[in-house]
This record gives sequence, C-alpha cells and structure tokens, in this order.
Amino acid sequence: MFEFEELKALVASVERADSDRGGGYRAISVDSKDIYRCCELLRDRFDYPLLLDITAVDRLKLTARPKERFKLVYIFRHANFRDTLIVETPLREGEEKLESITSLFFAADWLERETYDQYGIEFTKHPNLKRILNHMEFEGHPLRKDYPIDKRQLCTRTQDMFDELFPKLERKGLDPERDALMILNLGPSHPASHGTIRTITALDGERIVAAASEIGYLHRGFEKSAEECRYNQIVPYTDRLNYCSALMNNIGYAKCVEDRLGIELPARAVFIRVMLAELSRIIDHLVCLAAGLLDMGAQTNYWYLFNPRNDAYDFLSRLTGARLTNSYMRIGGMTADLYEGWESDLQNVLRKVEKGVDESLVMIEHNRIFIERTQDISPVSAQEALSYGFTGPNLRASGVPYDLRFARPYYFYDDFDFEMVIGSHGDTYDRMMVRFEEISQSIGIIRQAMKEIPEGAINIDDKSIVLPPKRDVYETIEGTINQFKLIFEGFKVPAGELYSATEAANGELGFYLVSDGGPKPYKLKVRAPSLLHMQAYPDIITDYQLADAIMTLGSLNIIAGEMDR
Amino acid sequence: MELSAEDILGDSVITTRVEAVLDWGRQSSLWPFVFGTACCAIEFMATAASRYDIARFGAEVLRFSPRHADLLVVAGTISMKQAPILKQIYEQMPEPRWVVSMGACACSGGFYDNYTTLQGIDEIVPVDVYIAGCPPRPEALLDAVMEIQKMIWKEPALKARHSDYKGIFDV
Repeated sequence: MFEFEELKALVASVERADSDRGGGYRAISVDSKDIYRCCELLRDRFDYPLLLDITAVDRLKLTARPKERFKLVYIFRHANFRDTLIVETPLREGEEKLESITSLFFAADWLERETYDQYGIEFTKHPNLKRILNHMEFEGHPLRKDYPIDKRQLCTRTQDMFDELFPKLERKGLDPERDALMILNLGPSHPASHGTIRTITALDGERIVAAASEIGYLHRGFEKSAEECRYNQIVPYTDRLNYCSALMNNIGYAKCVEDRLGIELPARAVFIRVMLAELSRIIDHLVCLAAGLLDMGAQTNYWYLFNPRNDAYDFLSRLTGARLTNSYMRIGGMTADLYEGWESDLQNVLRKVEKGVDESLVMIEHNRIFIERTQDISPVSAQEALSYGFTGPNLRASGVPYDLRFARPYYFYDDFDFEMVIGSHGDTYDRMMVRFEEISQSIGIIRQAMKEIPEGAINIDDKSIVLPPKRDVYETIEGTINQFKLIFEGFKVPAGELYSATEAANGELGFYLVSDGGPKPYKLKVRAPSLLHMQAYPDIITDYQLADAIMTLGSLNIIAGEMDR
Repeated sequence: MELSAEDILGDSVITTRVEAVLDWGRQSSLWPFVFGTACCAIEFMATAASRYDIARFGAEVLRFSPRHADLLVVAGTISMKQAPILKQIYEQMPEPRWVVSMGACACSGGFYDNYTTLQGIDEIVPVDVYIAGCPPRPEALLDAVMEIQKMIWKEPALKARHSDYKGIFDV
C-alpha cells in the first residue's frame, strides 16, 4: 500500500494533489526536477511496476488558471493491480522540460514521444524524442489549447526510419553492408499489417536481426475532436477507437463520465452492458483469431470464425441499428431497451460461436504446423510484459493474473461465475489460446446474465442527463424543452479529474477525463492498450523469422484505430 | 453466297468490337487493391467472407500489389500522414484503374473535421464511386462494385481516364 509520509520523507517536494478526484484514486504532485527520483522510488520501493499512461494537460483556457500552464500526468498501477496512483508535475510555459523516465519504464518511450508530439513537452535524456502520431513535417503541437482544430498541414514525404533501425544494429555490432543484411519495409499498406502499421526490419536470411515500428497513420485526432463535443456527442467517436468491439469503448467512456457524475445505473442497464461487453469481447477475439490464422494460411478457420461473427452482427443490427459502430450507450444508460425475442437470437448467436470455435479448434489444436509455428515464438516473460505495459489477454498469456474484472470488479463482475484465463509462456500460442478460452468464459457470463437480468428501467431517472421519451417530446411542452436543452446545451459535469478504466478486449481501456465544469470535456485522454503492445513489437520479433513476426502481430491484436486514436 | 465470317464458320464464332471484348473481360474480373486503414476495412473483410461473397461479382482476387490491381478500394480514414502513400499507390496502378471511396471518412473526412484528417480522398486521387455510411454495410460495397461494372461497360475501353484531374499533390 502506498505510504504518503514515507515518500514525502524521501522526496521533499511531494505533496498531496488538491484537485478533486472521485473514484477513489490517489494523486500526488511532485516538482518536475524530482520526477525521475519519484518514479524510481515508486517502482522499486512502493511496488508500482505498471506504468499505464503519460499525458499532459494544457491549462491555458481553465478559468482558475494556475501560474504553470502545463501539468504532466503519470498514471501508475500497484502490483496488487487494484490501486492506481496519479503523479502530477506542474510545468511553466517556456520551461516545458523534464527528465525522461524511459530508463525506468520501457513503456515510457512512446508515451513520452506522444506527449512531446501533442503538447510540446521536452523530455531530456530521451533516446529518440521525435514525433510519433503526427507526420514529421508537422509544425506546432495540436493538443495545445491555442492550436486551431482545423489547421491541417500537408505531408509530402515519409521517413526512412533508419535513425531508429541503425542504432539497434550498431548495438549488436552489425553493419548492413558488411554483414550482407537485407533491409525490408513492411507497411503501412500491407495485407498482413492489420491496418496501418509500418515496421522496418533488417534481415539476416529470413531471421530478423533488428526492427523498428512507426505508427500514427490512423491518427484521427480523437482527443482534439472530443474537446469540441458535448459528452453524448463523443459516444460515436469512441465507437471508432477499437472498431472490432465498439460497444466496449462506448461502455468504458460512458462509465468514466458516469463515475465523474456519481451516477449509479439501474440493474437492468448494468446487465445489458455486461452482456454486450462480453459479446463484443467475443467478436473482437474472433476477428483477431480469424485474421491471425489467415496469416498463416489457415483459411478455413477464417470462414469458421468469421461467420458466427456475422451472426453476432445481425443480432447487434437488430438491437442497435448498426453492425460495427453501434453508438448504443448514452451517459446514464442506453438508447433503447432489448427488443422482444432477443433471448432466442442471442442464444442462437452463442451456439453458433461455440460451434465455430469448436470446429476451428479441432483443426488447429493438434495440428503440427500450427503448434510449431506458434509455440516458443516471440515469448514475453511476465517481468517483460509488465515493463512493456502490457494489459489484457497479452499480459495474461505471459502468466500475470491481471484482469480488471477481478482486480477492481465493476458492474457486478464479482457476482458472475467465470475464470481468469492465464497462459504460461507468453508466446504466440499462448496469446491465441488465451483468446480462444476467453471466448468460452464470456459465453458463460452472457448465459448467466441472460438468466438473471431483472426487469426495470434502462436509464437513470434524471431529466437533466437523459433525454425524455420521444412521446413526451412530441406531446408535452416540458418534454420538448427538456429535449431542446439537452441537445443544444448538454449537461454539465462537475469540475475535476478522473481516471476510469474497464477491461476491454485488448486490455485496460482507460479514460482520463479533465472537466472544467462545462458541457464539454476540457481534456479526454484514452489509455489505449494497443499502443503499448505495439511499442514492444519490434523488440519481441527480433531474432525470430519474418513469417513468424506476421503471426506475432496477429496474436498481439493491434487495432490501429485505438492505437493511433 | 455470302462471304462473311458467320457464313463460313457458322455459330462457332461471333463478331464484335475489340472494346466490347475488353469491357466484358474487365468488368467480370476486377482485381481490387484494398487500401484498408480503419473500420471500413473490417467491413471489407466481411464482404470478402462467405456470407456476402464478393466472388459472385468476379472481384475476389485481392491483390496487395498495386501493379496487379485495377480497382482501388480506399476503405477508411486517410490521415495527412497517410495521404502521400495513397497517392503513391494510385500512381503505381496501371491504367485503366477505378477508385471506390468507401465510407464517410474516405469520401469527406467524415466527422473527423480536424488537424490530422484529409477531408476526402478526392483531394488527391480521382474517385469513381463514393459509398456513404460509417462504415457502409457489405451490401453497399457490392453495389459499388456493380456500379463500377456498369461504368466499365459504358466507357470507351481504350481512352485514358481522368486525364484532366488535378489534386493537391499534382503541381
């Protein structure tokens, strides 16, 4: 457990952060020159092995503006996986500089680069501080409050990435010319790159001796756009983060805002959310496995796993009106109740998923090609996985028992009977098999929820947040005004900050919300699991064959929409 | 006695224009290059899978080298960073080539009216068919393929297409 006094005795500048949190998270602030020492102590002495996120807040437009314009935010998770600690550092304008913590946490590398790219905060001693999401010809820092949202800048060139690749070769004592290495570029438009990921590799025969990845090709400015939208208008944007499990992003975001508002959902709404979240997890894993197996030439598996996914989308179409991007959740509930006859449709979907998974498993479980191509390929140890900042199935595959549904149960997850799926080696095989088993566990949760779902309201009873029924809008003047006010003005969220996370299909999906008390978020940062998985990718594919690297990418399940935001 | 080909060879031969033969071949064997970046690419995968089965329209031979493809399907958001790559891929495709802009983002930037998103791919490449939707359903994509087929049938086969197009990278 975190002992404030003990840390204070070691680092004098540590203070309890005064801003209102909610959600039971602890926050401390520390002087920027002590940040390295503070993070080192947190890791080694206070047992915070997992760095979740680094971001900054530009306080230029806050009404009560402190004298330091920027605030840097580090989010840590304790080794018990329950406690979250937020470390803040104020930074004055013109002195946006502080020491990098990349030597302490591997995960900090890209997170610091993103903060530099988006906010212009400089990290001294960072090994490679350059832009990551925006292109290299970009000028200015888009998430600063004085950067206009629609100021687009033309990109005419791509970077060669040699500045990252060659130092890695040098460290190994290799020279591309002398050792006759082949430099091979994969992506960003490559069939096996699952979206828009670029990796440059140095090959010795078919073996990768060094690799570097570039991301940002699907950077769509989620965070800047969110600052311009009222809370409910952001829901469609969240759909498009991890578009393979859109509903889960809806839920994660809605839960964050609801936590800040102090809303308790009706039981029926919670049950619906649990069922849809687990169905999304199933869909996400199906896509990951189908595409991953397709990459190794197992095309039949692709049909077997993709077809039940289509059935799931038929069900979601009937329920929400859309296949992929459902926008079904609202702050305080959801758009509509379950339709009549949903039980048989959902049961049918679950049966088909089970059949598809069984058929697929029959083909691969004892298949020598599958086993030899996945076992002991790119293993990640538990220690490494934590330092990389892995969460979700990829972390559990390495044998770390961390699942937010167990560590910090929300939405009655502690009342459902299901098991955490844990691997042992963290290789490609484990990462895929953990997902296969999680599909079965999720099916179990949905079946239990279907049995126990109570009757009742699906929205909270608060007219200042939830839209009135259409009948009232058309027939009563109060309803019309209520609708008008909510659509045009929105509702206000109390000023303060909150980090709220849910266990999404790919790992811990966190939203860091800063509210200034208005109807739009002042800042909304997404803690995307894929970003940190991708950061480790060049490292874990090194020393393995190129063809296996494609499988490894598939098994990590990188979703570009979530990674680049 | 007539000396036309029909009279000499009977029913075993038909005569037609070269263009018609080319058009017929092209429209029934479109080879798509999927420039898939985001959510729309996932719906493209669904279209290629057995339920919707794009093979029914002869367009199942997906080519991931632009030099082998004649139909560019831009499926997903194109960021400013991605734009020069899309342009390069379009340039690498041999004539004749057709472009489908799939989904709101590719057509107009969608609701990403911000610093990083290209406001429609028609700023850099000429587009033949736009598909609305975010993302469009697989049926909509199949409809676009059929539109392209109709277009191929109507257009002269040997004429260069979009020769007067000027995008932001064409200076």
